[in-house]
Amino acid sequence: MKLLDIIVKDAVIPELASSTRDDAVAELIDALVAAGRVDPSNRDDFVKAVILRENKGSTGFGHGVAVPHVKHSSVTTMSVAVGNSGDGIDFKSLDRQPVHSIMLLLSPEDKPEDHLDAMEAIFGNLSQDTFRRFLRQATSPDDVITLLEEADATAR
Amino acid sequence: MSTTAAASVDVPNRLGMHARPATILAETAGQYACAISVRRDDGGESVDAKSIMQLMMLAATQGTTLIIEASGDGAQDAVTRLVELVGDGFNE
Repeated sequence: MKLLDIIVKDAVIPELASSTRDDAVAELIDALVAAGRVDPSNRDDFVKAVILRENKGSTGFGHGVAVPHVKHSSVTTMSVAVGNSGDGIDFKSLDRQPVHSIMLLLSPEDKPEDHLDAMEAIFGNLSQDTFRRFLRQATSPDDVITLLEEADATAR
Repeated sequence: MSTTAAASVDVPNRLGMHARPATILAETAGQYACAISVRRDDGGESVDAKSIMQLMMLAATQGTTLIIEASGDGAQDAVTRLVELVGDGFNE
């Protein structure tokens, strides 16, 4: 699976306005609503579900990145929103470091294989220092999309 | 004295090794001093069992056979415990 198969281009935020975890989650889901990937009537449910999942165990897996996610019956197309924070956000990360890049993933409930494939594509890139650095330095949605295109081109 | 150990185990749970199971596996592996790696039996690279990010790169769905290998102090204990953890469906 390629990153651009799942990342919604209109839901890429080079500098999040939010400074807290819960606000950042809401901001990214709002971006997916604005991009037409989430029905506005589901917005509050998704925000709650992602935060509930986050409270069970942080998806801030270290190295300044977080991948909050939720599986939901109303999701038909796997959708990822991307956001950066220059100041960093406290995600209760495992390494206790602030998070500078967030990939928020919404997955259908009945396709666990697709969910794992998406995670493989996401972590295959987020585990690389250079990818993380370029993502964090991106200042426009186009910068991010160019980076994703390059990453997809070199992925196996 | 350095020791090595290895064993294989199938992922039994319906959702596969998603983020929470990977977190539990990495945390458990992190309790051991020995080096521990995990790979799929059908190919691909070995990843560090102590890294959640690397474990997620295995995309281990239900039924995937994983090979767990350890080298160093407590290698056999580590492999035994991790095989049990995966085999039990990560206590989900």
